Amino acid sequence: MIIQNKHTGLFVLLCLLLVGVVFINISLGSVDIPLQEIFNSIVGTSSKSSWHYIITNYRLPKAITAIITGGGLAISGLLMQTLFRNPLAGPFVLGISSGASLGVAILILGAGAISGIFSTFLLSPWSLVMASALGSFLVLLAVLGVTLKVKDTMAILIIGLMFGSLTGALVAVLSYFSDAEQLQQFVFWSLGSLGNLTWQGVAIISLCYFIGILLSIYSAKSLNALLLGENYAKSMGLKIKKNMLVIIVATSILAGGITAFVGPIAFVGLAVPHLTRQFIKTSNHFVLIPAVAISGAILMLVCDTIAQLPGTVYTLPINAITSLIGAPVVIWLLVRKRKLIF
Amino acid sequence: MAPLSQHTVIKCQDLAIGYKSKKKASIIANAIHFSITQGTLVALVGSNGIGKSTLLKTLTAMLPTLSGSLQIDAKEITDYSALALSNKLSVVLTEAPASKNLTVQELVSLGRQPHTNWMGSLTQKDKNCIQQALEDTDLASLKNKNCFELSDGQLQRVYIARALAQDTPLIILDEPTTHLDLYHRASIVKLLKKLTLEKNKTILFSTHEIDLAIQISDKMLVMTPNNIAFESPCNLISQGAFDDLFPNEIVVFDKKTGRFSIT
Repeated sequence: MIIQNKHTGLFVLLCLLLVGVVFINISLGSVDIPLQEIFNSIVGTSSKSSWHYIITNYRLPKAITAIITGGGLAISGLLMQTLFRNPLAGPFVLGISSGASLGVAILILGAGAISGIFSTFLLSPWSLVMASALGSFLVLLAVLGVTLKVKDTMAILIIGLMFGSLTGALVAVLSYFSDAEQLQQFVFWSLGSLGNLTWQGVAIISLCYFIGILLSIYSAKSLNALLLGENYAKSMGLKIKKNMLVIIVATSILAGGITAFVGPIAFVGLAVPHLTRQFIKTSNHFVLIPAVAISGAILMLVCDTIAQLPGTVYTLPINAITSLIGAPVVIWLLVRKRKLIF
Repeated sequence: MAPLSQHTVIKCQDLAIGYKSKKKASIIANAIHFSITQGTLVALVGSNGIGKSTLLKTLTAMLPTLSGSLQIDAKEITDYSALALSNKLSVVLTEAPASKNLTVQELVSLGRQPHTNWMGSLTQKDKNCIQQALEDTDLASLKNKNCFELSDGQLQRVYIARALAQDTPLIILDEPTTHLDLYHRASIVKLLKKLTLEKNKTILFSTHEIDLAIQISDKMLVMTPNNIAFESPCNLISQGAFDDLFPNEIVVFDKKTGRFSIT
């Protein structure tokens, strides 16, 4: 019953689309690689070693990163929209990405203060994930804390924005006191990039992704109940505090873990759940979670393909492309439906 | 039917209700004393701010009791886990569901949550229950509509259907007739009456439609600042319980017609 029969066709279509986009994404770039070569390379019978090298060390990890980033951010957006009963919620809007930025800023910029072996330990990929997930977890917890006091959905957005500016200001203060090298490292991180990941990094975000997905699927029944509001959910036997905590942990692991490696990515978390609801007419999270994950992956791969500017040596920052596509999509949805519903 | 309907579903003894803040508790009403037997339709009336919602929130365990005893099915409400209580009582709240993008069928199906596994898969029994709830509330033809497409009267029936699907002996509704016109108010109240008669449900609802409640309910809870009366509507009228419901300068209760009129 996870995916009802009436949705099977749609999921097959989405999966085929995903596979197609993956191949296109890998084939296009500064050097175009024929589709046949990609297949050979994955199977291990590539004829040209330079293509093989580009694919396995550069394009394949990037494609996997795109799938995980798009899917993970979209799921975290979906979870937040249901949890905060707000169609405009998303990792970026609610300041979760800024929380992650703050965690990373403290780590990268603060590491300069502590010299020696300690700082190399601090800058390992694992501590990056920890700092980023912790930062987003704290911001999310703070937003939720205020939400429980203030029952206004508009207020949540304002609070999210305030947390965003607050963390932004703290980051600015931190950057003022740090040296140029670390600042540059942080600025590059904050521009967002899918292509900087080694296979080790890919392994770490995959782990975050799977933990996040498992927790989301585990929470799907409570998420469905939360569609009616907390009081109704409680009256249907839901242990509300425990379940909300699991949802928040899932969101922070997804948004925090991913942001740690690829930087803050705008709009994917907000826009993808709304786009998905256009073609899947259900509010059942057991269907929405996988659907949103696949759609997010497709959108991210498309954005990445555009960002590579096929045939040129230039690469645009991925954050610019997601905003260029995401913002008009949200505006279009608002104008067409007159309101965003979730 | 007689022995079954003697079964006591709610029993309050010297119950005090109100809000607990950090240090002090502010009591809204105390010395509440009543017991409701199975299969009765009880209307809760009282002026605004008297504590109707507070009482309903306490009875549904959304607020803790301040003192005294509150038993659901002969067991203290504090001894229930959330899940066990959800098998005893279902609610219809004044707040609209957070999402209206659900279809009628989906929303009503959510009522089966206490009975389903972690994935919420519906068994044949669950499906029958949902279908029955849709038919009892006359919603079968609307089941594939989205909730934002429905009128207020239809929506109210959807919420009642969800509570029915939860399959509990006791249903508590907070002002199910607000925002409805006379026809829809009456049809909701008649639906509640039908459920007590045909399904032996025990139903407690708060309302401002005092004349409607007098005509149809088996018992009424009348909240006034000094006292909470619990009797059948006829006895309440002869006792003059409605005379003190509101200050007498503007509206007075006419015992013959069972209505309030403007002086």
